Amino acid sequence: MKNLFLISYLDIRESLRSKWFYVYAFVFGGLMGLFFISGITDSVVMGFTGLSRLLLVFMQVTIVILPIFILITTVKSISGDRESNILEYMLSFPISLKEYYWGKFLGRFVTVFFPVFVALLVGVVWGLFKGGAIPWGMVILYSLLILSLCLSFLGVAFFISTLVKSHDVGLGLSFAVWILLLAFIDVALIGLMMQNRVSDGVVITIAMLNPLEAFRIGAIALFDPELTVIGPVAYYLLDTLGHGFLMLYAVVYPILVGALFAFFGYALFRKKDLL
Amino acid sequence: MKASTVIVDVENVRKRFQGATVLDNVNLQISLGDRVAMMGPNGAGKTTLVRCILGFYHIDGGRIRVTGYDPVKERVEVLKSVGFIPQLPPPVKLTVGELLRFVERSSGTSAAAIRKKAEEMELDVVKHSQKPFFKLSGGMKQKLLIAIALARRSRLLVFDEPTASLDPRAREHFYEMLQSIDYEHAAIYITHRAEELAGLVNREIYMDLGKVVDDERI
Ligand SMILES: Nc1ncnc2c1ncn2[C@@H]1O[C@H](COP(=O)(O)OP(=O)(O)OP(=O)(O)O)[C@@H](O)[C@H]1O
Ligand SMILES: [Mg+2]
Repeated sequence: MKNLFLISYLDIRESLRSKWFYVYAFVFGGLMGLFFISGITDSVVMGFTGLSRLLLVFMQVTIVILPIFILITTVKSISGDRESNILEYMLSFPISLKEYYWGKFLGRFVTVFFPVFVALLVGVVWGLFKGGAIPWGMVILYSLLILSLCLSFLGVAFFISTLVKSHDVGLGLSFAVWILLLAFIDVALIGLMMQNRVSDGVVITIAMLNPLEAFRIGAIALFDPELTVIGPVAYYLLDTLGHGFLMLYAVVYPILVGALFAFFGYALFRKKDLL
Repeated sequence: MKASTVIVDVENVRKRFQGATVLDNVNLQISLGDRVAMMGPNGAGKTTLVRCILGFYHIDGGRIRVTGYDPVKERVEVLKSVGFIPQLPPPVKLTVGELLRFVERSSGTSAAAIRKKAEEMELDVVKHSQKPFFKLSGGMKQKLLIAIALARRSRLLVFDEPTASLDPRAREHFYEMLQSIDYEHAAIYITHRAEELAGLVNREIYMDLGKVVDDERI
């Protein structure tokens, strides 16, 4: 365990020196801050009726950028270490593969989650200053949603990095996964729906298997419990799942996906040649 | 010689990469006190063999034991007694200070001992401790890796061409330091310049096409 934390600590130190981290912190810190701040101000003014266009745009941006950032930087660092023989040297010390893998995972998690989380807290403090009542339940739920999205893509990124030896292929695969989850699934489902050959329930279920979609619905439901902005699909979701279960799903499901991929990645890491 | 002094035991080891056989039934025993120069043309499989011994590769056949342990299944036990210098200095992004901390915490080697070894090669670790390791010059990197490996006082030293980027003076220091190791150990030096190791090694192993083709004690 002591080595696990050592690996995480050094990984965090390393991230804190890299440029991508500052771009990341700047983009998401700013974005999330604004996102939440506008959420609070809206709530004060309108008492949670309706989600402003602004909120939707910000959330869309998060959904687009957060996953690709996590995928690219993680795959780059892990398979980059392998390709440049850093892994060979670091693993020539008496460290178990378990400590190394999960130590890296923990370190990465901290670096991708905390900038966003801190920005959120800044948003809350700002809301306090403006004199609004802080919806603590919402703050906690929103943090959980982001945590869950981070974990799910970290898991996928670690899986890709151990599955693929080459750096370039790893990056290509990350990009493919991102595009698939972001757009292709939706496009394909819209096509299916228009053909009317499968029931809407099936289409919605498939859509909800996408962790990005789970996050999206969860985040919208936070600000707009009636899900009015997403139209008729909302009735189906709320009828079949209910608001509470929907939120639970949006938080837990992406974590499960991430954990599953992370464990597969770990199994591969142990089973395959390290270099 | 007692049987218990065998440090590295390689039995019928085979390793393939994408169908190409890189290690072809390699047999090798290295005992405490053996200082081996491992030679052979580029692509002979020297680095691959060493990586199998250190547990980086899963072998396709045969058996390897290092100090009695399986390098893949019991890697921590094996690596506790190994000091390793890779063929190319890795572009580690940690600072020198962080790297020393990593070595100290993971292997119990004191940073002070590493600093002392580095001084013997005229490398001032303290001065560079805030610098990322990869920004050191090629020779400085190699000196630090050597200092770390020697400070660990490992029973098995595995050096894959450790002098490639050292200037003649540093190379001299390095050989002096190897000469003055004051405890019982075994060493594998992979090299293309056997004459430099004269007087230091007592065994020469020659590999070609994935096989040990010659093994002489001198
Ligand atoms: N990870 C790998 N994947 C595929 N092939 C590999 C891999 N590592 C080594 N090889 C191949 O195995 C053979 C032996 O390589 P190795 O690095 O062991 O040679 P070497 O004896 O150390 O050579 P050199 O003196 O040039 O360092 C080479 O043909 C090389 O291309
Ligand atoms: Mg080699």
